[in-house]
Amino acid sequence: MMNRLGIFKKTLSSLSLFLLSTVFMSGCGTQGAQRPQTAGKKIVVWHWMTDREEAFQELAKRYEAKTGIKVVFELYAPSDAYSQKVRAAAQARALPDIFGLLGEKRDFAAFIKAGHVANLTGAMEEQGGAWKNLLYEKALAVNEFRTDNPYGVEAGIYGVPIDVMNIQMVYNKKLFQKAGLDPARPPKDWAEFVADCQKLKEAGTQGLVSGWGEIWMIDCLASNFAFNIMGPDKVFATIRGEVPYTDPDWVKVFSLFKEMADRGMLASGIVTMVNKTAEQNFANERSAFAFNGSWCVNVYHGMNPSLDYGVMLPPKVNLKNPMYIWGGAGSSLLVNDRSAVKEEAVTFLKWLTATEQQAYLSETTRNLPSNRKVSGSIPEILADFSKGMDNVTHPNIWPVNELPKVIERFDKGIQSIIIGEKTPEGLAEELAKLKAEEMAKQK
Amino acid sequence: MIAEKIKQFYNLMHNATPKQKVIGTVLFLAALETFFLLFHDSAVFWVLAYGSVTLALLFLVLANLIKKSLSAFFFVVPALLIFSIFYIYPFFKVLQLSHHAWDGISPKMTFVGLSNFFEIMKDRIWWVSMGNAGYITLIALTFQNALALALALACDRQIRAKNFYRVIFFIPPVLSEVVVGLIWRWIYDGDYGFLNYTLGLLGLQHLAHNWLSDPNTALTCVAIIHSWKGFGWGFMILLAGLQTIPKELYEAAKVDGANVWQSFKNVTIPLMIPVFVLVMILTILGSMQAFVLILSMTGGGPGYHTEVPVTRILASMQGSSMFGYACAQGLTFGVILMMVSFAQMGISRKLKQA
Amino acid sequence: MRLNKYTAAQHASGFFINVFLIIVSVTCVFPLLWMFGSSLKTQSTIFSDMSVIPRAMHWGNFYLAWTKGGFGVYFLNSLFYTVVVVFGIVMVSSLAAYAFSRMNFPGKNLLFFMFLAAMMIPLPGSFVPLYVLVNNVRNVLLNTTAAATPFLLKVFPQSVVFGITSFIEDQFYPRTAYILCMINVGLSFSIYMLKTFFDRMPKELEDAARIDGCSRLGIWRHVALPLAKPAIAVIIIYNALNVWNEYILANLILSSKDLMPLQRGLMVFQGEHITQYPLLMAGMTITVVPILIIYLVMQRFIIKGITAGAVVG
Repeated sequence: MMNRLGIFKKTLSSLSLFLLSTVFMSGCGTQGAQRPQTAGKKIVVWHWMTDREEAFQELAKRYEAKTGIKVVFELYAPSDAYSQKVRAAAQARALPDIFGLLGEKRDFAAFIKAGHVANLTGAMEEQGGAWKNLLYEKALAVNEFRTDNPYGVEAGIYGVPIDVMNIQMVYNKKLFQKAGLDPARPPKDWAEFVADCQKLKEAGTQGLVSGWGEIWMIDCLASNFAFNIMGPDKVFATIRGEVPYTDPDWVKVFSLFKEMADRGMLASGIVTMVNKTAEQNFANERSAFAFNGSWCVNVYHGMNPSLDYGVMLPPKVNLKNPMYIWGGAGSSLLVNDRSAVKEEAVTFLKWLTATEQQAYLSETTRNLPSNRKVSGSIPEILADFSKGMDNVTHPNIWPVNELPKVIERFDKGIQSIIIGEKTPEGLAEELAKLKAEEMAKQK
Repeated sequence: MIAEKIKQFYNLMHNATPKQKVIGTVLFLAALETFFLLFHDSAVFWVLAYGSVTLALLFLVLANLIKKSLSAFFFVVPALLIFSIFYIYPFFKVLQLSHHAWDGISPKMTFVGLSNFFEIMKDRIWWVSMGNAGYITLIALTFQNALALALALACDRQIRAKNFYRVIFFIPPVLSEVVVGLIWRWIYDGDYGFLNYTLGLLGLQHLAHNWLSDPNTALTCVAIIHSWKGFGWGFMILLAGLQTIPKELYEAAKVDGANVWQSFKNVTIPLMIPVFVLVMILTILGSMQAFVLILSMTGGGPGYHTEVPVTRILASMQGSSMFGYACAQGLTFGVILMMVSFAQMGISRKLKQA
Repeated sequence: MRLNKYTAAQHASGFFINVFLIIVSVTCVFPLLWMFGSSLKTQSTIFSDMSVIPRAMHWGNFYLAWTKGGFGVYFLNSLFYTVVVVFGIVMVSSLAAYAFSRMNFPGKNLLFFMFLAAMMIPLPGSFVPLYVLVNNVRNVLLNTTAAATPFLLKVFPQSVVFGITSFIEDQFYPRTAYILCMINVGLSFSIYMLKTFFDRMPKELEDAARIDGCSRLGIWRHVALPLAKPAIAVIIIYNALNVWNEYILANLILSSKDLMPLQRGLMVFQGEHITQYPLLMAGMTITVVPILIIYLVMQRFIIKGITAGAVVG
């Protein structure tokens, strides 16, 4: 009996202790505890871009000063935690007013079909397409669904790009000089590339480094080569299943990697390097070439401000075709279709992509603006990156997309080729078989 | 009369032989599965799921009332409450999802019955990843636990700086994976790594190569890192176990004339067997589910050489948006882990009786 | 004392044991030292400067990490969550484990099996249903308070009512939800661990206490818990570490910045493209210190053997 009272007392005391501590905790918080809703409206933005948080906060302040609407930027990092949060929130119908989506086009389509994303075509086309023409076409294309898209989404523009990027090669000018190469003349085609790497090897420098532990990076370069060798149409035909992977052009793509591995043109350990490690490698001048995206400008600047490097397109294998690179919208923001402040959110995004704000963002965060009209005060190297925007393509704007299982086998297969476990022909056969199996399942 | 039947059923369950228990469990699971398959439709599924759980709980309370052991039952109630809300619901959800094809986003799921599980059986890469995890676990069971045991024994004796060592050995588990990944990547680096440097010093230059990119060594290297990070736990638990052996037993043994080895064999080992089992099961569970370090060290490569089940599940969830398939993978994985752990417990129980 | 073969062997084995211990210690300490040293470097020298402790020490990194990472509030939050969750787990799991070990009741084996199985079956994507559950309950809560507010307004002044509702919605509910989730995460392991140790306890002390007229709860409190101190210390360390390092659930369930734990501050330094290594290392050094302190304090309990009361007979 006494014990029961004792337990009761103890539970009560621990509960009250618990409650007291939460009160204490809330005192440390910044809750104003003023209900009901204040007169001013509020837009909540979720994002994952840690590097831009400060810039965003500053812009939020400016917007509030201008319009009286409070914009709350909430940062959730790292990117996979953010991705999970967005998907979980979608399930619970608890998405914020503005958010970004990290994922493939099919995820984007699924979000749209589930009613989470507002169709912005109307806003874009207003006043003769004023907003639309302000932004780079390639950046918009990533956020756009064409009329006959394979996802069954109503045609239109569903997102706003706030910066653009592309993925090219960079080369270390100082290491070039050390090896007796001309820093103003990076290799234009495959033969030159091989020769340059040979010279660099003799001078004791590694050739190409990239984050090929992350398989999408392999996919990117392989795709670039494929587009160059056989042209976009044939690649799409392969994805549709009309051309098998055993086609000689594809074997050629695979053999390029074999050649790089056999000739020792690749940095050691490249197949298990994550991109951040590859960036350290290039910043510390251990390799002469790097395959990386335009975000690297900010990264290299932090790690080695005195790094002297230039930008080049990946070397052409087929001299008759243009070289394609991946690029488009760097990060994009979407508007929640169920948001209570949809109108205000769209207006805010318009403001965010206006010239003045874009210039500010690009200066402070060293990213390429998505606004065409921003000029001047972009670092020179970044301007060099933007020159490649004409050659840009991206899986998100292709009419067809390869099945994820095939992509994974493709990329991992190239890793195996590099370490000498598979042959280009062997991989081609394996892929053709897998593709046939998967396509049969789809029926 | 019903009470009689319940009592009979209860006695049957309680007194079943292990073989009967296994058969009974399999039959029960099969019946459960059929039940759920037939009623995969949302509302009915949840009514059945929660209904059966509530019924089971009521049955337990009733049984306890009959046996007048309610006060004992209440000891378990807080844990049971929290568990049933935060585990049982996700469990049923995952069970439901594993029978559907779903991309994780759209409000609609497509029922596919058992085909996810059949896919898993045919998925060669899944079994490769299981094998890799098994290899890591093997290294952990031998290397890691031997190290932990050796260190625990060493620290159990009266040696200097005992407390100092106790703290030091717990540092690896406390360190974040980011730091561990960075350091070990530097150690294993092909050109500037510490390991190759040391090998060069020892005159074994020819052994130096790129440890993490070589398909032959990548998995072993990852396993070693994992063991290094984990031995601190085993050390701590084994030490706790050694320290709770009453000193009187050692003194009694000494009085009986036993030397170091004999007292070890007759006092330490028998009392430590349950702790050994605990550590082994925890090691198996921990090593099989390892993935964070692997993702940051090798990304699962080169090729599929360092893929483990959890990285495959992540790939299904995020890479190919096959959420239902990922759930099926998780459940299969869990069931296999369970069988291994219980087999382990059974073996050790037999050893104890021997 | 003559130097005979026995003592020489003892000395030699003692020597080798010490060498062995030292080598292992070095491998354990080195990463910690490196982390600390890196926090004193700059972004550009962190991977090029090979020294463990740099010549030019940027102590300012610690201050920057604290302010930029918003560590002030996060630190308190982490402390709060860790203390409450650990306390909760110790209470709940020791009660359950004691019952599983020392009492007999219908369903005992089944329930224990269930807890064990839960430990073994990882639920991928279980976070999503949890989040949905938490959110649904939150919506119910919001609706209830919204419905109750008009009535409460008639009785209490506005500021009090709104103060209470916002406290419940923004502070009490999310924190409680997170705490309960975290308790659940550590439950299976703790129960299994404690049951193993309770099983090994000598029964005589309990019998003595029962003869003295102690109730079951009293035995639990006065006999079992003190005897199992080493095991409880292990549970405390394990769960404290888990809660302290956790961020996935925190990210999902907690939405406002002032509820977030320490890991959130660290994540800020790991951007999508840029990782601010010196600040990250400084932040991690700050994060590691409390856990080491908890371990230092708890591990003393692991070494205390059974000193109280000799075994009778």
